[in-house]
Amino acid sequence: MEWFPLGRIDEVPLGGGRYVETPAGQIAVLCNEAGELFAVHNRCPHRGGPLSEGFVSGKTVFCPLHNWQIDLESGQALPPDQGCVKTFPLKTEGEEIWLGLPETQS
Amino acid sequence: MGNKARKARLVVIGNGMAGIRTVEELLKMAPDLYEITVFGDEPHPNYNRILLTPVLAGEMRLEETILNDHDWYQEHGITLRTGCPVTQIDRVRRQVITAQGEKVPYDRVLIATGAAAALAPIPGNDLPGVYSYRDMRDVEALTQVSADGGEAVIIGAGLLGLEVAHGLNARGMQVTVVHRRAWPLDKQLDARGGALLQQAMEARGIRFLMERESAAVLGTDRVEGLQFQDGSHIPARIVVMTVGIRPRIDLAQAAGLACEQGILVSDTLQTYDPRIYAVGECVQHRGMTYGLVAPLFEQAKVAANHLAEYGRMRYQGSVTSTKLKVTGIELFSAGDFLGGEGTEELTLLDAHQGIYKKVVLQDDTIKGILLYGDTSIGPWLFEHLRDKNNVASLRDHLLFGETHLGDAGHAGVNQAARLADSAEICGCNGVSKGQIVRAIRDGLFTLEEVRKCTKASASCGSCTGLVEQLLVSTLGGVYDSSARKKALCGCTDYSHQEVRDAIRKEKLLSVRDVFRFLDWRHPGGCATCRPAVNYYVRTAWPAEGKDDPSARFINERAHANIQKDGTYSVIPRIYGGVTTPAELKRIAEVAERHAVPMVKFTGGQRLDLLGVPKEKLPLIWAELDMPSGHAYGKALRTVKSCVGKEFCRFGVQDSTQLAIDLEKNLERMWAPHKVKLAASGCPRNCAESTIKDVGVIGVDSGWEIYVGGNGGMKVRAADLLAKVKTEAEVIQISKAFLQMYREDAQYLERTAPWVERVGLEQIKSRVIDDLAQRVELAERLDFAIAQEKDPWAEAVSGRLDIHAAPLRRVSA
Repeated sequence: MEWFPLGRIDEVPLGGGRYVETPAGQIAVLCNEAGELFAVHNRCPHRGGPLSEGFVSGKTVFCPLHNWQIDLESGQALPPDQGCVKTFPLKTEGEEIWLGLPETQS
Repeated sequence: MGNKARKARLVVIGNGMAGIRTVEELLKMAPDLYEITVFGDEPHPNYNRILLTPVLAGEMRLEETILNDHDWYQEHGITLRTGCPVTQIDRVRRQVITAQGEKVPYDRVLIATGAAAALAPIPGNDLPGVYSYRDMRDVEALTQVSADGGEAVIIGAGLLGLEVAHGLNARGMQVTVVHRRAWPLDKQLDARGGALLQQAMEARGIRFLMERESAAVLGTDRVEGLQFQDGSHIPARIVVMTVGIRPRIDLAQAAGLACEQGILVSDTLQTYDPRIYAVGECVQHRGMTYGLVAPLFEQAKVAANHLAEYGRMRYQGSVTSTKLKVTGIELFSAGDFLGGEGTEELTLLDAHQGIYKKVVLQDDTIKGILLYGDTSIGPWLFEHLRDKNNVASLRDHLLFGETHLGDAGHAGVNQAARLADSAEICGCNGVSKGQIVRAIRDGLFTLEEVRKCTKASASCGSCTGLVEQLLVSTLGGVYDSSARKKALCGCTDYSHQEVRDAIRKEKLLSVRDVFRFLDWRHPGGCATCRPAVNYYVRTAWPAEGKDDPSARFINERAHANIQKDGTYSVIPRIYGGVTTPAELKRIAEVAERHAVPMVKFTGGQRLDLLGVPKEKLPLIWAELDMPSGHAYGKALRTVKSCVGKEFCRFGVQDSTQLAIDLEKNLERMWAPHKVKLAASGCPRNCAESTIKDVGVIGVDSGWEIYVGGNGGMKVRAADLLAKVKTEAEVIQISKAFLQMYREDAQYLERTAPWVERVGLEQIKSRVIDDLAQRVELAERLDFAIAQEKDPWAEAVSGRLDIHAAPLRRVSA
């Protein structure tokens, strides 16, 4: 696991998200109304909608394209939809958000 | 005392639909508050009582009717005691005592003992071979006895009587229905409808004996026949009595709780003893008892809310409708369908096809509904009845239903019940009728639940009417499309209007304030309530209310329209669709420079640059140097125009100039939904003004103003609102109309359904007839628009951050 600084906590809007470009593709950094942060692949398992632009509430993000709901802890779509999106670890140090990415082979 | 308080103990007496529904609602709100014990008389876990008749008729098996199996109770830590009746509630020691003598202490009790079948008070009613029809035990007994055939006599031609007649007939018995009144279902049908129903059931081999008072069940060791008061008698192997139900109140009465017909409860579903709640068929609320499921579910919600210590809801009674669950016979009735003095009747009778429709009107509102043979318009009519809507303008097609709402996209098919199982109901999500019906039978009761479970009608919503019909035809009378006040979304029990009222009355200035003040179930809300509440806040308080970007859909946050691949489309404002060579050149150069993948004219006569990545939006806006066209928002879109009299040889008015003026006056107006206008310069109407939210048509003497038109999902021709002389009047009336719409319509309600809902007359009275109100409405709109700035200019200047760029580019 390699850790990368992303920016300050207050750069991610409460109840919404931002996206980051990484070697692992676009990742959505999402923040719920209570200030909890989550990171998932920025592609809805349904039709690839950018989850960084969806509503975040509790542990759920609502995809902006067709309103699929994704559980942010497991990455699983909520029933009746089926699908799953990769989750990534985040940590904060002071005001800084850090993203954990698996170390690349090369 | 230890640090850890013990959980409060809730004892539920009654393991039926009302009791368990309350527990389910309670678990949703406060999963850990109580240690719950449920006592049930019957040996089964909670099953769907509505499906008794399909089981009796052999169309379903008992196992298919189970709503909560044993695992469910276990998963939620609920102790279930089936076959274990409670015989006493000791209120002094706060314990219930079972038939086995066991004592179980409680902090709260929920009584949901339901109702029992009443027996006709005649000699011989205790003979073997006399049955009631109330629970699975009765169904099992009847199934067994019917295997040997013979004569079955049903006393009472009410809903249950006819259902059991149908079931036993299907099992091969010779069935006779005996009734003291002149026609069956006399509480749900008038004489004419009753005759049709009787004919239809007779055609299936069921015999009817009407206006007969039963005197005695004949037989010595078991039933042999039934004697009437006139002395005549008929043979019978079994007699089924369906003469009514009696709330089961013995337990409550013995415990000293106030009872009349049922256990008396307050609006919070509390009995005389505030620790004891009661719900379901056993209660009497404001003088009413209910035997249908929809009211029970409403009660369950309220009782759970108070048990969960939220203490915010009140039960205010239910308006109900009924439906017969006999396969192949369609019947729907509600309200006072017999009519009387001061009422009018609209009727349609097609005896050959077995169709009879009757609507009773009083002062232009619906008082009663009776539909036989074709009940597809039942839910629609019922909504008008419940909401006491003025239906004067709908009178012509009241008996034919909503011709343009709810059936578009499924042309000509408005009878979901007659569709094949494979028929596609929801075109957006590809859900078939069979899938929906199966899901309902597995235990769904509301539109919301069907949406959640199958996705049917969860996207564009145009098949909502069809899904409601399927609920009605699958569940029968228990589904009540509209008795239930419609909650804004799953996060709250408050309706749109209640939320709006609270925002105005309490001066709530942000979405967060609203969620907090109204105790939103999820503090973060959801994709439905966030934008709606934000809109309501902004409309009520245009200056002080906070516009919360996190409560706006991505389109309204990015000020561009998101596309399927995550890119955006950019539509600059071109007032009235009139541009210049210089402007066109500039747009073309921008498109070329940024290799915009597609440039296209929109349906509203504007230019669309498609396929722009989010990161490039502010740059493209800067280079275009034009205002936002708001083509992405619930807002004023475009004013479409025809050439008009300046060039057109037919034109009688200057439609392009009016379109430009309208667009300049209304741009930046947010609304419950998108708003499209058009201005045509002569009655040839080339700008298609009659399918716009507001459309004007030039005539020799001035302008005609049309409202409530729609050319999209559900085509609707606009209504003529007024005829005026000057452009100034057109602009003022358009503003007043749109402001009334902004203040009154629900979020995501277009003008077309809104005009239908409130009625053109009411709109005219405020917007046309009352000049003072017209001026005030227009001024309020001007004030609201004055608070808005052009978002593209704001973004270009750096005052608005749409988060176009990534938070960070991480390189390995």
